[in-house]
Amino acid sequence: MFEELLMYLSFPFVRYALIVGVLIALCSSLLGVTLVLKRYSYIGDGLSHVAFGALAIATVLNLINKMLVVLPLTVAFAILLLRKGQNAKIKGDAAIAMLSVGALAFGYMIMNLFPSSSNVAGDVCSTLFGSTSILTLTQLDVWISGILSIVVIAIFILFYNRIFAVTFDEDFANAVGTKVNLYNLLIATVIAVIIVLAMNLVGSLLISALVIFPALSAMSILKSFRSVTVFSAISSMVCALAGIIISILAGTPVGSTIVTVDVALFAVCYLIGRVRG
Amino acid sequence: MAALQAKNLAVGYDNKPVLKGINFKIDAGDYFCIVGENGSGKTTLMKTILGLKTPISGEIIFDDGLEKNQIGYLPQQSIVQRDFPASVFEIVLSGCQNSLASGFFYKKEHKEMALANLKKMGIAKLKDKCYRELSGGQQQRVLLARALCATKKALLLDEPVAGLDPNVTSEMYDLIKQLNDDGLTVIMISHDIENVKNFATKIFDVNSMEVTELREVKEGR
Repeated sequence: MFEELLMYLSFPFVRYALIVGVLIALCSSLLGVTLVLKRYSYIGDGLSHVAFGALAIATVLNLINKMLVVLPLTVAFAILLLRKGQNAKIKGDAAIAMLSVGALAFGYMIMNLFPSSSNVAGDVCSTLFGSTSILTLTQLDVWISGILSIVVIAIFILFYNRIFAVTFDEDFANAVGTKVNLYNLLIATVIAVIIVLAMNLVGSLLISALVIFPALSAMSILKSFRSVTVFSAISSMVCALAGIIISILAGTPVGSTIVTVDVALFAVCYLIGRVRG
Repeated sequence: MAALQAKNLAVGYDNKPVLKGINFKIDAGDYFCIVGENGSGKTTLMKTILGLKTPISGEIIFDDGLEKNQIGYLPQQSIVQRDFPASVFEIVLSGCQNSLASGFFYKKEHKEMALANLKKMGIAKLKDKCYRELSGGQQQRVLLARALCATKKALLLDEPVAGLDPNVTSEMYDLIKQLNDDGLTVIMISHDIENVKNFATKIFDVNSMEVTELREVKEGR
C-alpha cells in the first residue's frame, strides 16, 4: 500500500492536489470559530450556493479561468448578505435561504440550457460534491489557490486580535472605537474567498463542513481562543491529508472522504469533551 | 468642569425618540446612576453615550480630558459569550484593543496592564481558566477588568449586578465603589435604586428626567 502511495505521489498532479488541499483546509478552518459563534454559519452555507451559481455561469461562458467570475461574484454577495443581515427588513435568514436556493436553481438551469459538455449530470455532480476535481487542477489553479490561501492566512494572523475582539463582544469593541463594521466586512470577504477556494476541494455543498467541523471539534475539548484556533487549523490539515490519501488509495470521492474524516474527528472530540465533563 | 454633558438630548430608534429632553452633567469623579424601569430607554441612552447610536437631537459633550471611545464599558452579557471558548486572560487583554492603534499585536505593556487589572479585581489566579466555566460573579469581574484596560478615566456599567445572588451583588458594589474612590468616574445603569442610593453622588431618573444630588465628589484624591 505504501508503494502504491509512492507511485501516486510521483505524479505531479497528485502532489499539487495534496499541497493545495492541505492549504485550503488550513484556511477554511481559521474562521470557523468566528463563523460558528457569530451565528454566521448559515451565511457560509448561502454563499456556497451562490458560488455554485457563479461557477455555472463561468462554465457556460467556457472560461479558462473560472475563478475570475466566481470570486468577485461571491465576495459581492457576501457583502450584500452582511448588509441585509444588519438592517433586516426581510429577515436575515429568510433572505439567505432565498438567495441560496435561487442561485442553486439558476445554476442548474443554465448548465442544462447551455451544456458545455455531453455529461451535464456529471458536471453538476462534480460542482456540488467536488468528486475528482482536486486531481484535475491545472497548474494555474494551483498557483491561484496557493497564493489566495497564503493571503487568507496572513490576513488572519495580522488581524487575529481584532477578529477575536469583534467576535467576542461587538458592542464593547464598538464602544472603545474599533471599527466593527469594517472588520465584519473583512470577515465576510475572507469567508467568500475561503468558500471559493474550498469549492475546488470538496464541492459547493460540502464547504460548510470544512469550515465548521474543525472549529466544533476544537471547541468541545479546548478552552482558550488561541488553542481552539491552533487545534482546528492542525486537525483540519491532518483530516484533509488523510482524506485525500484515502480517496486516492480507495478510489472514493475526495470531498466526501475528507468530510467523513472531519466528522469522525468531531465524534471523537465530542466524546472526549463529554467524558471530561 | 463637567466630564460629560447631555444637552437637550433625545435618543431612540429609527428617528423615533424613546427619551427626550435629557439634560445632565457628569463631573470627573462622579458616581452617576441612571435609574428607571425596564424598557424605559436606559440602554438606548447608554448606547448613545457610548457612541454606538447617534442622538436624534441635542448633543453629548465630552470635556475635561475625557474623550469618546475612552469610556470603559461593562455590557450585559450576550448569549454568544456563554459558550465562547476563551481564557480569562485573552478576554481581559482584548480590553486593550483601543491602544493597539494601527499596530497588530499586543505588546508587553498591554499584557502587564491586563495582569495588573486581573489582580485589582482579585481574579489573578483565574487567568488561564475558561470564561464559560466561571460563575456569574467571576465573569462580571473578568469583564470589569477588561473595561479597566480600556480606560483610565471613566467606566460605564450596564446593570452590573443583574442575575447575581445577594452576596455577590454586595461584593460587586464594593468593588465598583473602590474604583470610584480610586478616582474613576462611574456611570451606572440600574433599576436597583435602594442599593445605588448608598453609593451614588448623583442619580438621574429617566421617568422624571431629574437629577438628584446625593453627595459631593470626594475631594483630596
